[in-house]
Amino acid sequence: MSLDVKIFITDRNGVKHEVLAPTDMNMNIMELIRSYELAEEGTVGVCGGMAMCASCQCYILNDVISLDRNPDEEAMLWEAYHVKDNSRLGCQIPITEDLEGLEIEIAPEQ
Amino acid sequence: MIQTDILIIGAGPTGLFAVFEAGLLQLKCHIIDALPQPGGQLAELYPKKPIFDIPGYPSVLAGDLVTNLMEQIKQFQPGFTLGETAETIEKLEDGTFIVTTNEGTKHQAKAIAIAGGLGTFEPRKPILKDIEFYEKEDRGVDYFVKDPEKYRGKNIVIAGGGDSALDWSIFLSNVANSVTLVHRRNEFRGALDSVEKVQELKNAGKIKLVTPAEVVGFNGSERITAVDIEVNGARMKVECDYFIPLFGLTPKLGPIANWGLEIEKNAIKVNNALDYQTNIDGIYAIGDVNIYPGKLKLILCGFHEATLMCQSVYNRINPGKRYVLKYTTVSGVDGFDGTRKEAEKAVVKSID
Repeated sequence: MSLDVKIFITDRNGVKHEVLAPTDMNMNIMELIRSYELAEEGTVGVCGGMAMCASCQCYILNDVISLDRNPDEEAMLWEAYHVKDNSRLGCQIPITEDLEGLEIEIAPEQ
Repeated sequence: MIQTDILIIGAGPTGLFAVFEAGLLQLKCHIIDALPQPGGQLAELYPKKPIFDIPGYPSVLAGDLVTNLMEQIKQFQPGFTLGETAETIEKLEDGTFIVTTNEGTKHQAKAIAIAGGLGTFEPRKPILKDIEFYEKEDRGVDYFVKDPEKYRGKNIVIAGGGDSALDWSIFLSNVANSVTLVHRRNEFRGALDSVEKVQELKNAGKIKLVTPAEVVGFNGSERITAVDIEVNGARMKVECDYFIPLFGLTPKLGPIANWGLEIEKNAIKVNNALDYQTNIDGIYAIGDVNIYPGKLKLILCGFHEATLMCQSVYNRINPGKRYVLKYTTVSGVDGFDGTRKEAEKAVVKSID
């Protein structure tokens, strides 16, 4: 049985949540946010996780993961709003054991 | 006024399949969709991507699934009002509904099936001073290319880096006097053949490419005469008749949210124990747009919901009339266009 990892997520109202994320369910950060209902349904993960809407944009707050974006993600973030240097798309961050202790903030609605 | 039995709002897979199930029950359908083509998200967002969880299809491209559904329902001759948004609804004394679109098209129906998916796709608009002024009354800002002829002989500036920006630049380069494509970066994201085609047209001088750049302002007192473009910190002015920003679409529940329906989590609450009817008698919600305990936003669930909805509408329109579920293999499919599909009869023949 794989371990869960602990992830800290600040929601769009500034409230910080500590959540446990399974590493064995092929999930990503966007899906994690939806599973804990940390953003209103319909305002996150709109395209279903194809890096086509930027509704799951997050700011990465510590150095647990790299800020490198994949090409689809990079292209989408170039067209999105509220983008910062530490922006990533939640749907492009798979949940693995390396994510233990990750801190993120959900970006404002597009 | 368009008259029908079931008015379906949304031409995605769920709405399209509802036409088939309704047709088996002799019910006629008409579909309204805000997009200019049927297929909903599948056609607009990911036509070339595969779907792996349609029963019976190990893999099917989203665009192909739409084509197949259109083929499957064609004998039931659905009507379409495309490129218009259902805006208001009125319930008449006799229990029928009148739905009017943003362009004033009126539809009268005995039941309404909202199959609106994520909602109406609205264009993502650039944040620019005075854009609200120029987007009105043909003053030069358009978010969709509805009628390419409008741009014949005109000077066009298109902004965006995805498929629609590429595809419309290619198409309009043959229609317009000039096409300038502005994108914030040098790389474009789209189908390979579209990117290559734009490269070709650029080399041939038929498309002017300005990258990495952004449109930052407008000129013109009554309508657009030019746009200001910022390239690497420097400004340039490009004369044009139309500016078409194509930054993708974002779904909004839209005017339906004001129809008095019970809404929860940006979706419409329905009775999933029975027939996916909403809190308003005669209005149903099927597919991704509805919510109930245990709801899953899957195409295959939408198909199921559409089927049950049609049975309920049949009973509503024909109270007390007897009917039992029939299998298409046994009874065939009789189209409203006079066609008939049926299983081949077995032969009874001796074998020597």
